[in-house]
Amino acid sequence: MGTNIKLIAEDFSAARKRLLQMHFESGVGHIGGNLSSLDAMMVVFHEYLSGEDKFILSKGHSAGALYTTLWSVGRLQDHDLKQFHKDDTLLAGHPPAKGIEDIQFATGSLGHGLSLAAGTALAFKLKGNASRVVCLTSDGEWQEGSTWEALIFASHHKLLNLTVMVDHNNLQGFGSTAEIASMSPLWERLQGFDVDLHIIDGHDADALRIALEGEGQRLKVIILRTIKGHGVSFMENKMEWHYLPLSAGQYKIALEEIQIKEIRLK
Amino acid sequence: MRKQFCDALTARSKKPDMVFLTGDLGFMALEPLQKALGARFINAGVAEQNMVSVAAGLARQDLEVWVYSIAPFCYARPFEQIRNDITFHNLPVKLVGNGGGYGYGVMGPTHHAIEDYGVLLTLPNMTVYVPVFDEDIDAVITRAGASSRPAYIRMGRGEPPKDYLVPAYAPWRQLTFGSGPVVIVVGPLAGTYIAAIEQMPERSRPNLWVIAELPIAFNPMPAELLSQIKNSSGLLVAEEHVRHGGFGSDLLLYLADKNIALRGFRHLYARAHHFERYGSQNFLRRQSALDVDSLLAALKVFKYV
Repeated sequence: MGTNIKLIAEDFSAARKRLLQMHFESGVGHIGGNLSSLDAMMVVFHEYLSGEDKFILSKGHSAGALYTTLWSVGRLQDHDLKQFHKDDTLLAGHPPAKGIEDIQFATGSLGHGLSLAAGTALAFKLKGNASRVVCLTSDGEWQEGSTWEALIFASHHKLLNLTVMVDHNNLQGFGSTAEIASMSPLWERLQGFDVDLHIIDGHDADALRIALEGEGQRLKVIILRTIKGHGVSFMENKMEWHYLPLSAGQYKIALEEIQIKEIRLK
Repeated sequence: MRKQFCDALTARSKKPDMVFLTGDLGFMALEPLQKALGARFINAGVAEQNMVSVAAGLARQDLEVWVYSIAPFCYARPFEQIRNDITFHNLPVKLVGNGGGYGYGVMGPTHHAIEDYGVLLTLPNMTVYVPVFDEDIDAVITRAGASSRPAYIRMGRGEPPKDYLVPAYAPWRQLTFGSGPVVIVVGPLAGTYIAAIEQMPERSRPNLWVIAELPIAFNPMPAELLSQIKNSSGLLVAEEHVRHGGFGSDLLLYLADKNIALRGFRHLYARAHHFERYGSQNFLRRQSALDVDSLLAALKVFKYV
């Protein structure tokens, strides 16, 4: 796993376009949370993970971003992505239980991934294996009590080989996180725990690199301040893009916007 | 059975890949195991959902994982974690629930486990062990430990009659012999019936069997038992479990698949999660008509009894 190649702007754009293509061709939504977490997954897979390291996507509804990232690192192929959401596919709407080597667990029900990641990290620790684990949660997912159980456990057992990421895009299924559970911003709640807290722009590759590097004396939690639907103006910070699929016209506009940004970056 | 359980796992703790998780239970019981396992004995605290998913994470990395709690806290609270994280990946995590059935007696229905194996056997590949006698624990730990499937061990307490010679462990065992109907019991409850049945005249004395592993599909019924059922005046099933989804249903479906018609059938089962008044396990068995007198009364419907 991992390419050990430092990503450039075009790599992120290419992944974003491939993700939109996959979702457009399959007529599937959940695009907003995929676009908010894609950049982080790209950095984690290309530049951080190696050997037996594991990534656990606790916010399983961002499977599209995970599949696209696995395509970007060469672990899935174009013909695999064309099967997304189809009959007789391995690329289900949420990560599958088996069949894709880089996916350890079938997630999709929120509040499981951090415990699974903690168990995996503890296994490495008990076996004297230096491998590392990254777990990506959503922000709404912290309304699940089991996520807090997992945080308490991982922090208490000083699982320094585990990095917890939170896609803090402020929107969830039927409203904003602030409206629904009054825990925003989440980092204010996490500060009371025995963790090393990093609060960064989740779309800034250099900030991601810096936060991932180095090991402290406490469990590392990285809050990714992200934008739901990032990179496509009509999707950004819009709750409906938690669910909606793209029309042909919207797909065309979205690709053009990403293209223009790419040209500007050049 | 907790003493035997602790001894068996302590002996097994020499396996370097073994890990034990407890949901903050085991005081005055599991200390020897804690000492033997060191860092591999983990008190996961009062957080069963996390404990079960952590167990799945450990097992996914090929560690042998045992999870221990009071029975309902072991399967009811973290049911989705068992379903999604353990069984969807067919991970051989061993869940150990202490005090199965009405085992926690007067502690009340929050601590009872009378729908445990029915619920768990709806999940893919799940195997359930219900050790009957304290002497069964070694064999159950060995068999569950060697199994590639997820497992749930419903622990209770052995209840054999005084000076009873416990037969060697097997998933199916015949405990009494006669020419009467067939009685099949799940787990330790069988031990409470032995003395009364042995005192019955041979012509009406039931062939008492006990089953310690479920579902039947993983341990097909012995030919001898099948033959007895075909030729008997009736079949009675007793289990400290609710009627719906229990062993009785599994057994009747098994027999129906084989086109075996019964001359008579009675089912004794846990009738309620709570009654008007609280009481011991034996009190609750009486309330449910699972006690010896209720068994003897139920047997009277069968011919020759």
